[in-house]
Amino acid sequence: MIRIDGVSHRIGHAPILHDISTQLPQGRLTALIGPNGAGKSTLLRLIGRLEPLQQGRITVAGHDIATTPTDRLATVMAILGQQTAIASRLRLAELVAFGRWPHHKGRPGPADRAKVAQALEAFALAPLAHRFLDEVSGGQAQRAHIAMAVAQDTEWMLLDEPLNNLDMAHARGLMRRLRLMVDEGRSVGMVVHEINYAAAWADHVIAMKGGRVVAQGPADEVLTESLLSDLYDTPIHVGQHQGRPLVLHHC
Amino acid sequence: MRPLPALGLSVLALMLGSLTVGAAHIDLRAVFSDSQAMLVLLESRLPRTVAVALTGAALSVAGVLIQALVRNRFVGPDTSGTAEGAALGLLTITILWPASPLWLRMIAASVAAMATTALFLAVIRRLPVREVMLVPIAGLVLSGVLGSIVTFIGWQTDLMQYVGTWLMSGEFSGVISGRYELLWVAAIAAALAWFSADRFAILGLGDQVATGLGLSTATVMRLGLAVVSVVTAMVVTTVGMIPFVGLVVPNLVARIMGDNLRASLPVVALVGAALVLACDLAGRLVIRPYEIPAGLVLGILGALLFLWLLHRRPAHG
Repeated sequence: MIRIDGVSHRIGHAPILHDISTQLPQGRLTALIGPNGAGKSTLLRLIGRLEPLQQGRITVAGHDIATTPTDRLATVMAILGQQTAIASRLRLAELVAFGRWPHHKGRPGPADRAKVAQALEAFALAPLAHRFLDEVSGGQAQRAHIAMAVAQDTEWMLLDEPLNNLDMAHARGLMRRLRLMVDEGRSVGMVVHEINYAAAWADHVIAMKGGRVVAQGPADEVLTESLLSDLYDTPIHVGQHQGRPLVLHHC
Repeated sequence: MRPLPALGLSVLALMLGSLTVGAAHIDLRAVFSDSQAMLVLLESRLPRTVAVALTGAALSVAGVLIQALVRNRFVGPDTSGTAEGAALGLLTITILWPASPLWLRMIAASVAAMATTALFLAVIRRLPVREVMLVPIAGLVLSGVLGSIVTFIGWQTDLMQYVGTWLMSGEFSGVISGRYELLWVAAIAAALAWFSADRFAILGLGDQVATGLGLSTATVMRLGLAVVSVVTAMVVTTVGMIPFVGLVVPNLVARIMGDNLRASLPVVALVGAALVLACDLAGRLVIRPYEIPAGLVLGILGALLFLWLLHRRPAHG
């Protein structure tokens, strides 16, 4: 479980998060939703210690992120931030292999290599394994970064808008993969913009707005017409499709 | 493809060539019978050859590291304020304590180089990430400002001669046995970097990925800063700054091999050694028995190579 207690955050003088206390349940796929500027990414980045924690306390599977050494945390959670234009010239296979680095610290064994091969296969990257990162498309690079996080093979996986740049088939493939991992006992937290991916795949939803948590709970309890219309300040209809909520926004 | 053995052989061949060229006419096959030839070989030719190879290798590795630290391919240890910092340190210790021992000068040069390179890192941290070209421009401006401070102080204290040997294009004609050994320190520092090659490669992927993989980015940055500064300070102290090696060689190797530094750093070192050896040799041959500085040859060749690299670069790079 990820516990967040009394977390506030500001960037410069602008308050981003106001005294947030919430939990991401163990063994579930949790989606963070909300309008732009709600603080979802900031919260995820704070959990993943990509930003220094200013106030409050966060524990990941019992590890206080403020006091646990960062290399120890890397064996408990993998975090994938939003990709910026970093022009590193690694082959995709080498990038994914670095996902094992927290475990072997430079001396990969056969088990590490097997996990890397598995991750490359899972994201259809095997044919591209020897291409350079700066010579593949944005979506392919994104998949390679996700594969690296998967190869890290941690109890928790945190993803900041992982569906960016992915086409429909690969987006669905990723969600199916994450679902499978969760069913095998792992836990996933992700920021999702396209709300129907949350509706179709998430167990638990945390809805944020203006730096506060406005609702949290099982997906079908949170994704209701009134709540979503308030959340996004726009009229939204929610239907049903195959027993899951389906959010309709083209009306 | 195994580039290492082929490159190793080329470096050896160039070193042999370097041993046979010089103003004194000696027969290398007769060194064991001719004591004069032995003297020239051991006191002048060999030290010079080793100095050239070490300089090229160490500066190229330093180039890879500074490029990983700033995540920009258009900088080198000669355009990030490092060389000027080393000169500033040397100048300061020369003024404050003219009779200071060598080790103290070494430390002063390294520490000052570290300080100015850290300043460069602090400056570029505030630049927008997407403006790729601002980083090298900031480096050039900082180098220029520091260089003029050094020149001003050198002028005021009548030490321009020293300043010239440090910052003007470097050359190896003054290298004799006993006056180049600091370069081994540079080479050892560069070799130590290889043991952290993975860490530098991960650092090059950005702060987010590095932190996510549990890397203490600050520690790796400090290590890189130390290696770059020590290498540059030793080179500046011994032979003066050699331009372009630290910029061109990392780019050349990354184009072909990518940024998996554990595999590519040895190649970078050998290519750097070969390039500077070739330039030094060319400088000694074109107007024999006189020479032009290796730094000058590199200035011309390096600029051409870099222009070629810029144009061959994929559009989105």
